Amino acid sequence: MAAESHLRTSHSHGMASGAAHPYAPRPFVVRARTQETPDTVTLRLLPREARDRLSFHGGQFNMVYVFGVGECAISISGDPGHPEELVHTVRAVGKVTNALAALAPDAVVGVRGPYGRGWPLDSAKGRDLVIVAGGLGLPPLRPILYEIFRQREAFGRVEIIYGARTPKDLVFYEEVQTWRHRTDLNLQTTVDAAGRDWYGDVGVVTTRIPDARFDAPNTSAFVCGPEIMMKFTAQALAQRGVPSDAIWLSMERNMKCALGFCGHCQYGPSFVCRDGPVLPYRTLAPLLALKEV
Amino acid sequence: MSASASEAIGDRVLSHPFFVGIDPTLVHAMASKAELRTYEVGEMLVREGKPAEEFFLVFEGKVALEVGASDRAGITVETIGRGEILGWSWLVSPHRWRFDARAIKPTSVIAINAASARYALAAHPAFGYQFLMKLLPVIAERLENTRVQLLDIHGG
Repeated sequence: MAAESHLRTSHSHGMASGAAHPYAPRPFVVRARTQETPDTVTLRLLPREARDRLSFHGGQFNMVYVFGVGECAISISGDPGHPEELVHTVRAVGKVTNALAALAPDAVVGVRGPYGRGWPLDSAKGRDLVIVAGGLGLPPLRPILYEIFRQREAFGRVEIIYGARTPKDLVFYEEVQTWRHRTDLNLQTTVDAAGRDWYGDVGVVTTRIPDARFDAPNTSAFVCGPEIMMKFTAQALAQRGVPSDAIWLSMERNMKCALGFCGHCQYGPSFVCRDGPVLPYRTLAPLLALKEV
Repeated sequence: MSASASEAIGDRVLSHPFFVGIDPTLVHAMASKAELRTYEVGEMLVREGKPAEEFFLVFEGKVALEVGASDRAGITVETIGRGEILGWSWLVSPHRWRFDARAIKPTSVIAINAASARYALAAHPAFGYQFLMKLLPVIAERLENTRVQLLDIHGG
C-alpha cells in the first residue's frame, strides 16, 4: 500500500533548467542566520538568480557547497509553500558544517538539488498521523508540518512527539510553542534530562508513544532523528499496532554525488540519495537489526 | 478514617490502571490506610534518603524524579504522570527513597501506607504474587527506558 506508492513516486531531481551540469551548484545568498542552539544554526537563502528558485517536497535535501571548503547534504527545513526562500538547519559537526554554521548574511554558497524522495504525505491522507522527531530530526519534518497545517482537514488526529537531550537542544523553540497552542494537534516534548526550570516530560521519545492518541491500524508515522532513535521509535510504533508499511524513517548516510551514481550512501539494497532518504520501516527493519551497516 | 471514606478510597484505588485485575477485597485491605492528596507545583512528594513509608498512585498531574548532589543542582531524570505508580523503595530494603519527587503540575495522588501494603502482600501470598506481577513490568519498562536513555538516542 503506502510503501509501493511511495517507491513509484518520481520526484524531480530539480536540476537547473536548460543544460546545466548536474554537479554544478547554483549560487544562493545567505539572507539571515538564526542561532538555534549552541551548535546549530538556521540559514535562510535566496537564489542569486531568480530562475534558480527551487521547488521541493518535505523530506528532500540539497547538496550545499561552501566554496573552498566542500559540499554536504543538508535537509530542507523551510516551507514548501514558500519556495522563494530556501531554509537549511545545520549542526556544526564537521569541516563543511562548521563552515556553513559560521556564514554571515550576504555570504554566497552553492546549492544543487533538491534530491531524494520525501515524506509520502498523500499516502497519509484520511489517516491519523504521528510525527516523531529526535534532536535535529525536527528540521527535515518541519516542511510537512507546514503542509499538514495547510491541509489539516485532510488528516485525522495529529500527534507530534519531539525529544531532545536537554531543553537547550530543542530547535525552533518559539515556533514549537505556537504549535502547543493549536487545538487541532497534540504536541508532546520530552528531554533526556532537565533542570528545575523545565516543566515538561523527561524520558526518551519512545515513552510517549504508548499514551499518544491515535488509532494505530489507521495511522501513518513519520520519524526522523538519529538512527538508534528511529529504530526504537519504529519498534514502539509497531508494537502499538501501526502497520510497518505506514511507518516512514528518514535515513542519513554520507552523500557524495546525490544522484545515485557513486554508491557512497548505499544502505543495504538502497542508495539513500536516490531511493530515500525517506524509506518504509517494512524495508528497513531487517537492516536496523544489524550492527554497523 | 470512617469505613465509608476508606471504602471510597479503595474504590478509587481500584480505578487506577495499576490495580486493574487485582483482587478487590485485598486492595481494600491494602488501602485501609490510604490517603487522597493534592500537591501544588513545586511541592515535594518524597525526599531522597528519607524513609519510604508510602507509595503513590498518580491520578492527575505530573511528578519529576530528581537526583542531585551537593556540587550540582537537581536534575530531572524521569517524569511520572496520570495513571502511573510512583515508588518501589518501600518494597526494597532499606526502605528509603533513592530520589526526590516534586510536583511540576498540580498533582492528585493516592498515597498508600507502606507498612499496611507490605503486611497485605506477606499475609496473602497469592495477592502478593499478583501485585508483584503488576509491578515487575513497570520496573522492567523503566529499566528498558533507562537503557535507551543511556544510548543518547536524541543526540546522535
